Amino acid sequence: MVPGALRGNRSNTPLNVTGWRCRGGIAPVRFDLSDDQEFFRETARRFIEAEVPISVVREWHDLPDGCPPDWWQSAAELGWTSLMVPESLGGGSISGRPIVDLTIVADEMGRGVTPGPFMPTNVVADTLGRSGSPDQQALLEGVVAGEVVLGWAFCEPGGDWTAVHVAAKAAPANGGYVLTGTKTAVEAGAQAHHLLVTVQCPDGLAQFLLPSDTPGLTVTPQESLDLGRRFAEVRLDGVAVGPEALVGQPGAATEADVERQRQVMTVLQCADNAGSAARVLEFTVQYAFDRYSFGRPLASYQALKHRFADMKLWSEASQAAVDGAADALADGEDEARMVSVAKSYVGDHSVELMHDCVQMHGGIGVTYEHDLHLYLRRATVNRGLFGTPGDHRVCLSEMMGY
Amino acid sequence: MDDFVYAETDPAELARYREEVEAWMNENMPRRDPVNPWHPTQDDDERSSRNRELQRRLSDGGYAAVCYPKEYGGQSLTAAHQKIIDDVSMDFDMPILFSVPTLSICGPVILEFGTEEQKQRYIPAWIRGDELWVQFISEPSGGSDMAGALTRADRDGEEFIINGSKIWSTFAQRSDYALMLARTNWEVPKHRGLTMFIVPIHHPGIEIHPIQMVDRSEEFCQEFFNDVVIPAENVVGEVDDGWTVASRLLFHERAAVGNASPYTQGRHRNRTADGVEDLAAIARDHGGADVGRHRQRLGHIEALSRVEELLSARVVKGIEGGFLPAPAGSLVRLFHGLSRTERQTVAMEVQGDRALVWNEGEDTGAFGTEYVQRQQACIGGGTTEMARNIISERILGMPREPAADRDLPFNQVPRSG
Repeated sequence: MVPGALRGNRSNTPLNVTGWRCRGGIAPVRFDLSDDQEFFRETARRFIEAEVPISVVREWHDLPDGCPPDWWQSAAELGWTSLMVPESLGGGSISGRPIVDLTIVADEMGRGVTPGPFMPTNVVADTLGRSGSPDQQALLEGVVAGEVVLGWAFCEPGGDWTAVHVAAKAAPANGGYVLTGTKTAVEAGAQAHHLLVTVQCPDGLAQFLLPSDTPGLTVTPQESLDLGRRFAEVRLDGVAVGPEALVGQPGAATEADVERQRQVMTVLQCADNAGSAARVLEFTVQYAFDRYSFGRPLASYQALKHRFADMKLWSEASQAAVDGAADALADGEDEARMVSVAKSYVGDHSVELMHDCVQMHGGIGVTYEHDLHLYLRRATVNRGLFGTPGDHRVCLSEMMGY
Repeated sequence: MDDFVYAETDPAELARYREEVEAWMNENMPRRDPVNPWHPTQDDDERSSRNRELQRRLSDGGYAAVCYPKEYGGQSLTAAHQKIIDDVSMDFDMPILFSVPTLSICGPVILEFGTEEQKQRYIPAWIRGDELWVQFISEPSGGSDMAGALTRADRDGEEFIINGSKIWSTFAQRSDYALMLARTNWEVPKHRGLTMFIVPIHHPGIEIHPIQMVDRSEEFCQEFFNDVVIPAENVVGEVDDGWTVASRLLFHERAAVGNASPYTQGRHRNRTADGVEDLAAIARDHGGADVGRHRQRLGHIEALSRVEELLSARVVKGIEGGFLPAPAGSLVRLFHGLSRTERQTVAMEVQGDRALVWNEGEDTGAFGTEYVQRQQACIGGGTTEMARNIISERILGMPREPAADRDLPFNQVPRSG
């Protein structure tokens, strides 16, 4: 493949004549993709364009489960659920840096506002691959095939997204445990076949993997700002489980697992938002070329050009922040800091970029008919769940010893 | 040639190099005084001699301007090697004054456009610490419209006679040579009548006046030229083709300002503007009961500084790989201006009232003063408005701003007073 020949924006009119590789000013996700990664990315993009164009995204808003199960299996065939699963368990990454490969998919899904239980399934699969028992790891075959969906029941009503505030409990009983508590904003909670539930037990923080039909477990679909993805409340009303449902060791080991889950989830949110923002900027730049007022295109007004320049800066810097966080996770180096750096920056700038693009569109930008709100809804949910940019700034100041 | 060469380098070789540099620095360079560090651009008599001496030490050790070709006194090493020197040297006093503009802006211009004689004559002298250079580019009549230069160079046989004025040169009074852009042809449109010259600064007919800035420093100068005679051999590039040279000079300036140049050595630490850790320490020391007040803002500054590094690296990689056009350096420039001004705002707020009112002998007022002149970061090295023009026009491909002087002979272009 000619390097870069397929990179850049997918399609439409070339916007400039400067002759560099990325037409229309839209640079690709990363500049260091291998040929294999580039092929993987291009395949994901073509699959999304062919199977879930925006018109289909809108149709799927009416599906209770958000997407057809057989579609999710086709997506899994492309590797979307196997990257974080070790090769010995039937998975495998493209580059040996699974989180980096995963951000490639997240970026493309963000560009397409593509539904599907991508984030929670990968977050939980990663944990099972690392800390799960052989029985639990046996589920991963189904995950890789797209037949098994996993949910991450972590957040609690009024919680602040940290493990410290987990109030759900596991009380020891009859050689096992009885779980009580309420979880909220559990993505794909009602679609998941198994839920990873985070609770406090006498030995510290603990996680249990529960089949969704476990007695005492109630899953109630919730409404969401994001029209594409599905969320649910999960209630644990005296759920009796055996010790074999534990994932990893309670206490420090589980705290490390949860921290890793938060980091992986946050990087995926940021990659999703960076992809969305790049796509929104792309079609808004196009709009500025196409839309004339007072006899000239919007793109010729300096007041607007300067705002587009700022947005281009935010978009590129967001991508740089995502890449930095994914690399830090892949290298196991300073990952907590770089993940918080990414959420602090990308969380705010991706969403502000979209608001500004709404402004550039004028009235049509605040209609239901226009696609802008689909991106803005999803990006806003990503921005807020698992820690707002402000929360992550506080984390950073704590890491600085403040 | 639009890009720097960032050759792939073997990690083992780099690890070895780092050890070598650490050992040498420990042995040969003065340690930075953590309490009262020497400021390489401080406004005092010793700044120039001290910078020259430190540059000489680096050069003697073989660690000066290592990305320059061996035949001109460099080491023909990669940007990765220079970065190691930069990292290690954070604990030592460094001749930062040589970085910008001498080595990172004037240098690559001479490398690219200079004659062989010019290269042999000047480059080794910088690297040894013998000669400092400045830029005579901006004029009092206009900052961003650089091609509208009014300083004239009139040919007289094998010489040029220079008349006019330049401004915003850094430490010209303590430097030796300047790259100067002057108008040699008034009958053609503005970009086609300029020529770049090498000008000896302490030369008959040149008057230098330091300019006092808001913080009372005298880092910048204005120069007046009164029938200054320069030999034709001092022309860089072609006569009347100075804009080609100046465009490359601007490219290197953006790279230097955006920390993307392989030709700078060492990094300048500015107490009020760099070092988020320092801000956190200040907050701890002085925050008192209001400790919680600054946490989000400190985290914000930390995020900005990390993202700035990541963006610089992305842009370098993007330009090198042809994913971004060379003007993408303006992204880094814009980010830098915006993040620097935010940082100085937070630095001042974290200092609290001591930045605003202080006791005699205390130096906390510097935070207030730097805040007052913080827009400098969005002006110097090309304004953020110019960066936004470049990004929208040359990256996003939007229509260029209309220019009343385009294609008009320069002597017919309307100009102020």
